[in-house]
Amino acid sequence: MSEFEPNIVCFACNWCTYAGADMAGTSKFQYPPNLKIVRVMCTGRVNPEFVLEALKKGADGVFIGGCHPPSDCHYVNGNLKARNRVQILKLLLTQLGVEPERLRLEWISASEGEEFSRKVREFVEELKRLGPNPLKESSTELSELE
Amino acid sequence: MSKLKVAVYWAAGCGGCDVGLLDVNEALLEVLKDIDIVFWPVAMDVKYKDLESLPNLDVAIVNGSIRNEENEHIVKLLRSKARTLVAFGSCACEGGTQGLANLGSKQDMLKTVYEETPTTGNPQAVKPSRVFKAPEGELYLPDILELNKPIESVAKVDYYVSGCPPPVKLILRLFQILTAGNAQGPKFYIGSDKSVCDECRRERVSKTVQSMNRLYRRALDPEKCFLEQGLLCMGPATRGGCGAKCVEANVPCGGCGGRLNVSDQGARMIGALGSILTTDEPISIGALEALKDPVGALYKYCFSSSLIGRGVRVGGGGR
Repeated sequence: MSEFEPNIVCFACNWCTYAGADMAGTSKFQYPPNLKIVRVMCTGRVNPEFVLEALKKGADGVFIGGCHPPSDCHYVNGNLKARNRVQILKLLLTQLGVEPERLRLEWISASEGEEFSRKVREFVEELKRLGPNPLKESSTELSELE
Repeated sequence: MSKLKVAVYWAAGCGGCDVGLLDVNEALLEVLKDIDIVFWPVAMDVKYKDLESLPNLDVAIVNGSIRNEENEHIVKLLRSKARTLVAFGSCACEGGTQGLANLGSKQDMLKTVYEETPTTGNPQAVKPSRVFKAPEGELYLPDILELNKPIESVAKVDYYVSGCPPPVKLILRLFQILTAGNAQGPKFYIGSDKSVCDECRRERVSKTVQSMNRLYRRALDPEKCFLEQGLLCMGPATRGGCGAKCVEANVPCGGCGGRLNVSDQGARMIGALGSILTTDEPISIGALEALKDPVGALYKYCFSSSLIGRGVRVGGGGR
């Protein structure tokens, strides 16, 4: 059997991490292709629903990338709000039985292309250790009715 | 105009919604001029075969969630007969508090209830069985389903009235709408389109909070916003229409009004908490004491209808 390849949804802030991912590309730093990047204007825009929805629909991990605290955020403190939300979401995921490590928040600035590729590689490795998202199996019973 | 024929059914709930209907007091007499209740197990002596033999109904009002086969069967039967189906109360709209049992499997739940609670003496671990052999013949019990579900999961719902139980004002509005016969759009919620905070009269000053404590830790200030006092209040994530009665009685909102224009009430609350909690330092776990049981705190009434809606060891679930 081929090795498990995790499916990752990444929410990247427009001003730092998305530009950082771009930098990784232009500087030819390789990172695994497991990531689907969704550009958001700020990590403060990442509604907790996005994370739950991604996990429910079968993402093995969610990666949120934003500007360095305390003061890099383009919108003053969106990154810090995201930090609070991620912390509470991890408590919630733990109680549901989902490993909280499947949700990762990293600070990556626009110049840190190499950092971006390293963090993604780390996350992919970690998810390979954890295996597939346990919510993936048989989560269709009610959604079929919609 | 002939009277509306109305059936009221009590699915998996506590019966508080039936009492809630009576809570409209004298106004009920006005209501009864226009409606004729033909089926109401809690108030009249009817058998299910009477319901099956009834011709078509105008309105079926269901309180309680879908917890066993009987609930599912009757709700589907009511749907097939009634022109309008009303989900009445938090259990019918969102699954209710019993939805918290979806964190574990059905077997886990039966084990907890019949073996593990401190007040249970059941050394042989007797569990309810589907079939019981009595001298007169075999008796059948409806089977408990794996998951607790809101009624919209088995039948199309026309009107939603949330609340535990729904406030009198909303019950009267429901009857007004039903008797006027105005068809509303799909998924019509009877209640406010704004949150409980909109109706709350408490004073909000700083809109920040250092920590989330449990209720018993604090003397409650009757004038100040609960969240600013460091207590979990579901107001920002909950549909209003209740007049923020709990808050007026100095109790934080528990969230029975249900979600408001979002797909997940708890997630919305997490979003709100993220904004008002202090952002200077990462929040320590100790500062989130009120969220020791995040599902119980953030999804008290709506876990069954939340996005994930189950523990990982349980199949199905969520929306």
